[in-house]
This record gives sequence, structure tokens and C-alpha cells, in this order.
Amino acid sequence: MVKPTKISNSIRALRFSHGEMTQAELAKHVGVTRQTVIAIERGRYSPSLEVAFQIAQVFDAALEDVFQYPKD
Amino acid sequence: MSYQEKSTWGYGIITIVVFGYYLLTIEPQFRGASIEGSGYAGRMLAAILVYVVASIVLHIFISMVSPSEAGLEDQRDRDIYQFGEYVGQYLSAFGAFIALLMALAQWDYFWIANSIYLGFGAATLLASIVKIIAYRRGL
Repeated sequence: MVKPTKISNSIRALRFSHGEMTQAELAKHVGVTRQTVIAIERGRYSPSLEVAFQIAQVFDAALEDVFQYPKD
Repeated sequence: MSYQEKSTWGYGIITIVVFGYYLLTIEPQFRGASIEGSGYAGRMLAAILVYVVASIVLHIFISMVSPSEAGLEDQRDRDIYQFGEYVGQYLSAFGAFIALLMALAQWDYFWIANSIYLGFGAATLLASIVKIIAYRRGL
């Protein structure tokens, strides 16, 4: 039922490199709850494409710099 | 814990208390006691009414405790909600199907009504459990 996502991310590192942005601040920028940012950061939830792009925009980064997917 | 997760916990607890209490009141009939004059219909309607009122009170309470989060929901909340309801609806359908068979076999209304209600109650509880697991362990 509950499967870990294969998608990894660099959100935590990007937050710290952007003025030690808090999870709450990122959540506010993207328009999601802080709990959702925590879940995405820990790989417990794969965000929608739209939210993924919004997160990348906050860090002014490309999508693949924020989210990574392993090659088979 | 987000507003929607608190709400899910609340629904689960209310379901256990209200639904559990109702089941205890009709337990003698399940054991073979007479259905005549058991007054199950009134208790069932009362249980449904209490559930609705308790849900409203719960949300007012959660909103008062965390006013800044009141009513907030995002894509993850919606995904978890849909997943929980999707799993839970199987029990609703099962309860309705059993009730259909009972109606075709001309069983007493008591069994038909309770089969449907048990299906709804079990579905609500299962949906709450699935949602809580999804909130805690991931979706």
C-alpha cells in the first residue's frame, strides 16, 4: 500500500544554501503545508509536477537540480 | 500535524466511539435476542445525528486550537483523502451488497439496515486508518 518513492531530492541542501530557508518559509512560497514540505524532503511523498516546478522556481534551479530519479 | 491530519484522527476517534457504542446497544440482537421492540432504528438515527454533530464540534475545536491552519489543505491532503476513501469504499459496497442479498432473501429490516450501516461505519474507520498511515508513513 505505502511504497517509498524512488525520487530523491536536494531540497534540504538548497534550503540551507538559500539563507537557511525554513521548511515553513518554503511551504509558504509554494502554497503547501509545512508537513507536506517535510514529507517531500524525506521522500515520503512525491509532489505533483506543478508543485515540483514551484519548488524549483523558489530556488531558481532546474527541476533536475532539485529532484533526481535513478536510471534503471 | 496538519489541520487535515488532525481532522482525520478526529473522524477516526468519533467513528470508534459512536459506532462502537451503537454496536454495543444492538449486541443482544446479534446474539439472538428479539428484534421486536428493540428500538434499533431510533438508536441508529441518533448515532448518525451524534456523528454529524460531533464532527462539526470537532472541526470548530481544531480550528480554535490552530486558527492559522483552519481549513488549509494542499495536494498531499487531497491525494491522501482520495486514497483513503478509495480503499474505504470497498467496505461500503460490501455492506450494501450483503444488504441486497438480505433484501432478496426477505430478511428482517433490522439486518438490512444494520448491514448498510455497518458497511458505512467500517468504511469510515478503514478510510481513517489508511489516511493516518499515509500521513505517518508516506503515500
